Amino acid sequence: MIPIDITMALFIEKAEAVSAIVQPVATLQEALEYTVRLCEQKEACQLVTAGGEPPPEVCTKTIAAPQLSDDQKTALETLCRDKAIQVLDHGLRNHLAGIDIGLTYTDFGIADTGTLVIDSSREEIRLATMISEIHVALLHRENIRQTSYDLEKELAGYLGQSPNYTAFITGASRTADIERVLALGVHGPLELHILILEGN
Amino acid sequence: MQSARNLKEYKKEIKGALGNDFLRDTLDRFAVAYRTGRTKVFAGLDVDGLVGEIAAAKDQALKQMESLYEEFRIHAEKNGVHVHLARTAADANRIIAEIARRTDSKKIVKSKSMTAEETLLNHHLEAEGLEVTETDLGEWIIQLRHEGPSHMVMPAIHLSRYQVADLFTDVTGKAQDSEIERLVKVARRELRQKYIEADMGISGANFAIADTGTIGLTTNEGNARLVTTLPRVHVALIGLDKLMPTLHDALRINQVLPRNATGQTITSYVTWITGPNECATTESGRKEMHIVFLDNGRVQLSKDPVFSQVLRCVRCGACANVCPVYRMVGGHQYGHIYIGAIGLISTYFFHGQEKAKNLVQNCINCGACKEVCAAGIDLPRLIKEIHARIQDATGHPLQGQLMSIMLKNRKLFHGLLRSARKVQKPLTGGTSYVRHLPFIFAKGHDFRALPAIAETPFRDRWKTIQPAPDAPRYRVALFSGCVEDFVYPEQLEAGVNVLSRLPVALDFPMHQTCCGLPLQMMGEKGAARKVAIQNIEAFEQQYCDYILTLCASCASHLKHALPEILVDDSDMAERARRFAAKVITFSQFIQNVLDIDPALFKGDGRRVTYHAPCHLCRGMGERRAPRALIRKAGLTFAPALEEETCCGFGGTYSGKFPEISARILARKLDDIEATGADLLVTECPGCVMQLRGGVVKRGDRVEVLHIAEALAGSLLKPVDEKP
Repeated sequence: MIPIDITMALFIEKAEAVSAIVQPVATLQEALEYTVRLCEQKEACQLVTAGGEPPPEVCTKTIAAPQLSDDQKTALETLCRDKAIQVLDHGLRNHLAGIDIGLTYTDFGIADTGTLVIDSSREEIRLATMISEIHVALLHRENIRQTSYDLEKELAGYLGQSPNYTAFITGASRTADIERVLALGVHGPLELHILILEGN
Repeated sequence: MQSARNLKEYKKEIKGALGNDFLRDTLDRFAVAYRTGRTKVFAGLDVDGLVGEIAAAKDQALKQMESLYEEFRIHAEKNGVHVHLARTAADANRIIAEIARRTDSKKIVKSKSMTAEETLLNHHLEAEGLEVTETDLGEWIIQLRHEGPSHMVMPAIHLSRYQVADLFTDVTGKAQDSEIERLVKVARRELRQKYIEADMGISGANFAIADTGTIGLTTNEGNARLVTTLPRVHVALIGLDKLMPTLHDALRINQVLPRNATGQTITSYVTWITGPNECATTESGRKEMHIVFLDNGRVQLSKDPVFSQVLRCVRCGACANVCPVYRMVGGHQYGHIYIGAIGLISTYFFHGQEKAKNLVQNCINCGACKEVCAAGIDLPRLIKEIHARIQDATGHPLQGQLMSIMLKNRKLFHGLLRSARKVQKPLTGGTSYVRHLPFIFAKGHDFRALPAIAETPFRDRWKTIQPAPDAPRYRVALFSGCVEDFVYPEQLEAGVNVLSRLPVALDFPMHQTCCGLPLQMMGEKGAARKVAIQNIEAFEQQYCDYILTLCASCASHLKHALPEILVDDSDMAERARRFAAKVITFSQFIQNVLDIDPALFKGDGRRVTYHAPCHLCRGMGERRAPRALIRKAGLTFAPALEEETCCGFGGTYSGKFPEISARILARKLDDIEATGADLLVTECPGCVMQLRGGVVKRGDRVEVLHIAEALAGSLLKPVDEKP
């Protein structure tokens, strides 16, 4: 069990308040297992874009994980074997009709809003966090800050580079545009899972 | 959008909106839910401090608008972004169409941008043969319906799920369920295909950060991220007012923007983009990125001493969320493209006098928008200023001219009131109400019983009731206001009765006249100045510590507007400030200054609810004194859910827009009724007139009194018995 400090407790409270599912994990392996289990439990991605017929291999599920090292990717693939789950680390543009799970790292967490900060300058990272039905984000607990102001220096560093695409993500994609009724997953992920990792 | 050519046509459109029950219910529920949500999400934050900081930072940025633009341009161009400056809306549209042509873009996806709505960009691009798809769900819905937004943040708030289901059935050619969850999925599916096919993505921006050349976008749906990622070309259209020096400025605004807009601590996505990012489908591997800054009058406006604050707006839409008139008529009747209080003002600057002339008359001056504004914009005042400007340019209507002539001359005005009393007999039937409204006045005004003019005005009673205290600690001059003086002198008498128990010497300067608020409301600034000076002179005749009034509207006008009206008058400015500093309301004086002794009251425990006059709770910032006094008097306080929502009177407003006034009143009285109170007290004769008139008309059982009357009625010794 990871001891919970005040900043982390606030982060969890705020993230859960916007329907994120937060789960502390001890190791990366545990995070990968969590992700695969989640993928097994969910229905295959059903997003067929307008006018299109169902794709031929609709039964295959997809996990997009563009940031994993070779070893980590192998570990994930081992877990996915015999489960009809494919692992992608690039070429997500070929899967715009939908990806089951996007698995990404997170640069920082902001506790007072339950926000994830992800440098998404690489297009694959952007797509993994946008077109997947479930976004699983790995966050190192020591990277959680109290407020956005506490990250100003780091953020200014990101924004000072070009090109740069930095994303604040708080909960799942949402809308209340019809009768002010909240609905999740209008364009982006329907679910956001945050796995808080102890140490590096 | 506004197409009404005159006030009559505009009123006709309003009537249509008032008949829309779905809109009514939706906006009623929203108004209540918004207030609760906002309070919750701001808990623990110093809201006023934050708003003050945002206002100061925006003002500073507006002063440097042109140099911030240069700074931004240099950084962005160094990053490889094409930066354009469009002087007019037409220029912006032309530049963007040209970019489409040059990049061979045929299909465009768009994320929400009020600036693009301002320039009517879609119309222009579609006329050029381009396919444009809005991707924000609400924007997509209204685009498919060929409508404009009815709210800046929730553009399709005026539509029901059934209307959306019908629309989606047409669009997809398949029958669609009205379940909202499913309708959202239809949009997800249909629009995903549009992103995939699009050559160009157009976004707006909430922030343009000069020191890095970064744009910031806040969205909940995530559509702006797809719009700025999938197509090979990205064009951002941004008003020059969105330029801020640093990230810190943007983060600060982002503390308030989502909280004020939707009651969220932050939106689901905040996206910061510097330079053309990676794009797998282009030869260079990078996107082509253009930023089009829109002037459209902003540079000139940023230099205007009175109106530059308009550009502080961060487009949260909160001014509509709390507006009692918006709540009744909806956004299509409460703006042209920009909606709500800021919309009435922006319309004048961005879309012209013709579109704004009717809208600016439809402000009830309750101040709810000003109180909630994320950037501390004095919205009601600016609306009045524009109303006055338009009248100065197009000519003053007869009513306003007559009112000016009448009110500038106190003797004439009071003489008219006295003769009106004599001729009203056939109309009152001997009661205290005007039973039959004469001829044209009757139309639309029969929702409340109107009071008759009193037999003897307060000024004629003064000599006989002036108290003679032994050892006064304060010298107080009474400001009656026209309504207390000529319609409800008994309220002032009740106030004097209470004050006579306290160590106060009272005066009533006879040369006082109308406070000037009705003139201001009618856009008659010149006459408002004249009466302001008359009042200052009247109260300089004899020294006083306080100028006390029982009318919250007079108090607020005298306290805040008077010094503003005379600020550039070298002779009067300082005298106006001194006058204003002394202005106090009845409840403030006896509670906050004198801390009246509860032993003076017997109280019968009657169940009492309170209506907070707009000009007391917001205008004077006084929320506690009346509540404390109700308790001190020995009455049982039963607060209403919407205690601080306007009653719908608004002085001359209810004369101009009686149907809206009636609807606001009906909602108010329902809220009062729900408290189960026997007695409703308030501290403004205008509110009494409206509320009592409505109660009498509806036959409700609750009694309506000015708080002075309620206190006088609860005194242990009803008549002052001095030894």
